Parts: sequence; structure tokens; C-alpha cells
Amino acid sequence: MVERLEQEVEAGSVSADGEAVRDRLIEILAEVASAGRAPIDLSGEPAVLLMVGVNGTGKTTTIGKIAWHLSREFGLSVVMGAADTYRAAAAEQLAEWAERAGADLVRSEAGADPGSVAFDAVAAARARGADVVIVDTAGRLHTQGNLMDELAKVRRVIAKQLPDAPHETLLTIDATTGQNGLRQAKAFSEAVEVDGVVLTKLDGTAKGGITLAIANELGIPVKLIGTGEQLEDLRPFDPTEFAQALLGE
Amino acid sequence: MFDQLSDRLQATLSEVRSRGKLSEADVDAAMREIRLALLEADVNFKVVKAFTKTLKERCLGSEVLESLDPGQHVVKIVNEELTALMGGSGRDLAFAPTGPTVILMAGLQGSGKTTACAKLARHLGESGKDVALVACDVYRPAAVEQLVTVGERAGAHVYEQGTERDPVDIAEWALDRAREEGHDVLIVDTAGRLHVDEELMAELSRIRKKVKPHDVLLVVDAMTGQDAVGVAESFAEAAEFDGVVMTKLDGDARGGAALSVKAVTGKPILFASTGEKLEDFDRFHPDRMASRILGMGDVLTLIERAEQQVDERQALDLQEKLKQDRFTLEDFLQQMRQVRKMGPLSGLLGMMPGMGAMKQLKNADVDEGELDRVEAIILSMTPAERANPGMINGSRRKRIATGSGTKVQHVNQLVKQFDQMRKLMRQMASGKMPDPQQLAQMAGGAPRPKVRRR
Repeated sequence: MVERLEQEVEAGSVSADGEAVRDRLIEILAEVASAGRAPIDLSGEPAVLLMVGVNGTGKTTTIGKIAWHLSREFGLSVVMGAADTYRAAAAEQLAEWAERAGADLVRSEAGADPGSVAFDAVAAARARGADVVIVDTAGRLHTQGNLMDELAKVRRVIAKQLPDAPHETLLTIDATTGQNGLRQAKAFSEAVEVDGVVLTKLDGTAKGGITLAIANELGIPVKLIGTGEQLEDLRPFDPTEFAQALLGE
Repeated sequence: MFDQLSDRLQATLSEVRSRGKLSEADVDAAMREIRLALLEADVNFKVVKAFTKTLKERCLGSEVLESLDPGQHVVKIVNEELTALMGGSGRDLAFAPTGPTVILMAGLQGSGKTTACAKLARHLGESGKDVALVACDVYRPAAVEQLVTVGERAGAHVYEQGTERDPVDIAEWALDRAREEGHDVLIVDTAGRLHVDEELMAELSRIRKKVKPHDVLLVVDAMTGQDAVGVAESFAEAAEFDGVVMTKLDGDARGGAALSVKAVTGKPILFASTGEKLEDFDRFHPDRMASRILGMGDVLTLIERAEQQVDERQALDLQEKLKQDRFTLEDFLQQMRQVRKMGPLSGLLGMMPGMGAMKQLKNADVDEGELDRVEAIILSMTPAERANPGMINGSRRKRIATGSGTKVQHVNQLVKQFDQMRKLMRQMASGKMPDPQQLAQMAGGAPRPKVRRR
């Protein structure tokens, strides 16, 4: 990106003064950040969203926020699938969000097979005529092959029920994550097809710059940003705003 | 965790090691590599600058330039300086002379505090302490339930008062109860909070003033990038933490946070959390971590973990059995189970010396599934068959295959390779060097875990 900027200044298409260069840099950054398709695909009947990511990145909280926004802004009915059957009290956590967001919840006992919960959630949504299914999964390190395999299996189970599903697989990335974010995105994309990133915890001081590398190298865009722990704290990604924040404007 | 950094340093230093003597230009080149590698490992740039400066001074000193093996000397110096950077030779928790020792856990959202609380409880419980936990995260949905579940699993009593009371009051109440009930330790779990959230940082301060902890621990996610330093500095100011718990060290994050936090705040990393199970928790040893970065392995941790699993008498018995060639499939099953209890094999590989140099193995994934299969086959054998695999004829093989859900060829493979292994072990137990050809044969197709290239 810096090379490109240098070339443009040398070629004269950008005037060599501080402000012009800075403005152009913001444009370039925003361009790189805009890789891929921006909106979230809600055309399925029901539309199925699969949330994946490393431990502690904000999957469950994000599901609560998405469900709330979908129901409030678009009047859509949501079913949540508590397919994190590993983490202590994970289903209870999602249940709380379901209540706050006005969504239905499908869950099972701890230790059950995550694929079967995903299956049940999609089945329930179809039976009830719900608009959207959001499936939560357990946080997992991308370095654990068997857990990545498990994730791939959950995806296959969903696809078997509904040929194009999941319609949107979202990877949560914590804004404080360093270079490792790129490796995470690569590994998760290999296991399941990641359609977009939710960049979380942007209310802190970290800026999530690694998502630029993810967009540039893997063509996976940030689709949503998380800016706090409440239901309202979710916004669509704005590349220009992101670029400006990166440069500290 | 520090794979890339150790690769770079090893590459740079092995070049240096192959020459006879070191020139200043050589040292400069090595410093450049080290600086780049550390920056790429997310180490704070100020820390990197200071580190390479100190390093260069030492490397240019006569101790290295005139040494017979300057390369080795550089390795030694880098190891020492990295160790010092991360905290010297480690430090312990402070314990109260009387009454419960209070340990306060703080950190950002999602850093792994609640899991760390339970792990610490189990860790302290192992050394005979009676540990209690208190749930002071009243904000995160089901946080209290989570702590209750994992706390009880760790063998600790969990105090909670739901989510309607002020966490400061809950902490105070729990401390009184812990004192009455004679617990040795009270670990206080708190809500994840941003270092820039004034209100929540003030709450943390109030909790601290109320329960007067003997130790305040900052929980930091190992994959945190440059932001780690800012977070640590803010928490140091607001909470005056005494030490750090590094979590999710089983990932492949370069771990720059670990290197920077101590250097910038002066606080040591006390514990390392290396997996999702409660047992995946060790005291942090900076000297061992430095060795691991340099690809020199973390043998001490490996031995400690092994010691936890192996009874000394069992070990002596086993040695006798190996010598007298009485090693059976039953013994093999026990050994395999003990090794597996030490943790995922991929993590263990990282601790073995020289493993850093074996690039393929490093990025590979040990197929635990194949170990499951071997275990299933042995479990389908009768005790007599395990003691004497020679008696396993065709019809027995079929039965074992069916019973374990595998194919006859898998059973054949196991029996054949177990035989080869026994011969090998007999040689090694009696002090002889194993036949290299036999070793190669074994490595080529043993019932070893399948190593999958990434």
C-alpha cells in the first residue's frame, strides 16, 4: 500500500503535500478493506448464519446483537442454536441473549454433539417458519486440528439440511489480536468457508489493523463491528471510518 | 507458540556458528535479524530497541569476539537476555501468614479469567491448599454459572450471590465467609473490563481496597498484539497488579505480549495457561520459555508433567520388564495413556529439544484419532492376548477387529509393530544402541500417531 502511494505521488496523481497524501492513504486503506461482498446474505429460507472464532472473541454476545438488530430493524424472527456444548454454562449464556433479543433458543445438554444441535436448530426454524437461524459454536484455537474438523462437520450437517446453508459464516476477530489474526482467518477458512469477519471490542484502544491483511490476502471483508457489550453495540463496517481510525483521526 | 522467532534466531545463529570467529559486521547482521523477528512477533518496538542494544554490547565484548566458539556464546547471551527480559528466574505468589490469602483476578473481556480462576484453584489445591472462589462478574450473562461449574470441577467451593448485588459487597461477604469457614485461599473472579472504562476501573479499585488482596493478577491473552502494553500500563496504574497470567499459550501466536509486559511494567508473568483443560496450567518459567524460543526445548516442563503421571515404583517395574522382555500390550496401553494424560501430543512436541529444528513436525498435527484406534484394539483383547500377542491367531484377530470397530489389517499392523518395538526396547533397556535400520523401519510404519502436514 505504501509502495502504491509512493508511485502515485511520483507520477503526480497525488500532490506531494501532507494532507493530500494522508487523504489518499485513507482512500487506499479503505479500498483494501472493502474486499469482497459487503452485506450479509439473508435471502435463505430460513437464512442460516454460523458463528465461528477463537475463544473469547465475542461470538455469543455478537449473536445476541445480530438477533436484536434483525428483529428490531427488519422485523425478522430468529432462532438461535446453542451448539457450543463444551464451555461451562455456554447455553445459559446464549439463553440470556435470546431472551434479551426476543429470539427462540434450541439447545441440548452439555457435552452433546454440536452437529446435532445445529441440525435441530435449522429443523426447528423450518418447522416454525422462522426467518433466520444463528448457530453458536464453541471457541476453539485454530491450531487444534480435531476441533477444526468438528467445525467442518457442523457445517456439513447444516448443508445437508439446506443445500446452500450456512448462507453466511462469520468469523469473530478481537480487535486486540495481533498478527495471529491472519493465521486464525486462514485456518478457519480452510475448515469452513468464512464469508466475513465481525471485528469485536473496538470500544477499546486496539484498532484491528490485522483485518486489512485478512481482506487483502484472503479476500474476506469485515462485515460488522462490535463496539461494546450491549445489544445496540453493533454496526455495519464502514471502510473509510475504519481507515480514518487507523490513522488516528 | 514462539515458532517463527525461534526459527529466525536459529537460522541466524547457526550461520554464525558455522564460521570460526565473529566480526562486528557479523554481529550487526545477527542483530538486524533479531530485531526484525522480535518486531514481527508483536514485541513492543521500544522493548525491541532496548533489547538489541544490550544484546549487541554484550556480543561485541571480548568474551565473544575472542572466544573459541563465538556462535555458541551468542546463543548463550541471547538466551540469558531473553530470560531476563521475561522476568529472571520466576517468582511465586505471596501467601498470607494467617487467614485466607486473597487473589484478585482482572483483565480484558475474553482474556480467560474465569477459566484461569478454576485452573489456579486446582493448581493450589494440588499442593494441599483449601481454595474458595467468589463470583464478582455480575454483568456477563451466565458468568456466575460458569464459575460455579468450573470451580466445582476444580474442587473448590464457589461463593456467589447472583447478579443483583454490588460486586464489592459480594467480595466482602465472601471474604468473611471464607475466613469463618477456614479456607486457605480466596480467588476473586471479576468482570472483563476495558482499561479505558473509567467506571469499571474504579469498581476494580474499590474491590481491591475492600478485600486487600495479597496478589492481584492480570490475565492476558497470548495472542494480543501491540495493545498488550497499553492495557498492562493502564491496569498497573489502576489496579497495581503484582503479576500476569498468560492464557491460550497453546495457540501459535508469536507471544510478543509476554516479552513486552514485564519489560514495560516490571511485573513478572507468574502462570502460563496452555489449553482448555483444568490441568493445562503451569508456573511460568521465563528461563524455560526463553529456551523454547531458541528451539532448545522445554524439557523441564515435560519432565515435570511426566513426573505427575508416573509413579516411581511403576517406572522401575517397567524398566525391569523391558530388560527381561516381559513388556506386554497391557503395559503399552498404560504407557500410552500416561503420555496422553500429559496433554495433547502436539503441545508436547513443542517442548522436546530439537523439535524446533524439525520444520515438518512443527506444523504437523498429531492424529489423536489413530491413538484412539490403537487403544480400542488393545481393549478388545483378553488379558491373555495382551500378555502374549503370539497367541493371536486368525479367528482371534477377526474377533478383536470386530470388537474394536477396526479392520483385521489394523490388528495385524499393531501386533507386528509391537513386536518390533519390544525388540527395540529390549536393546535400549540393556544399554545397547538400537539398530538404525530397525529404528527406520519402526519410524516408517509403527503404530505411531499419524502426522498430518498442514
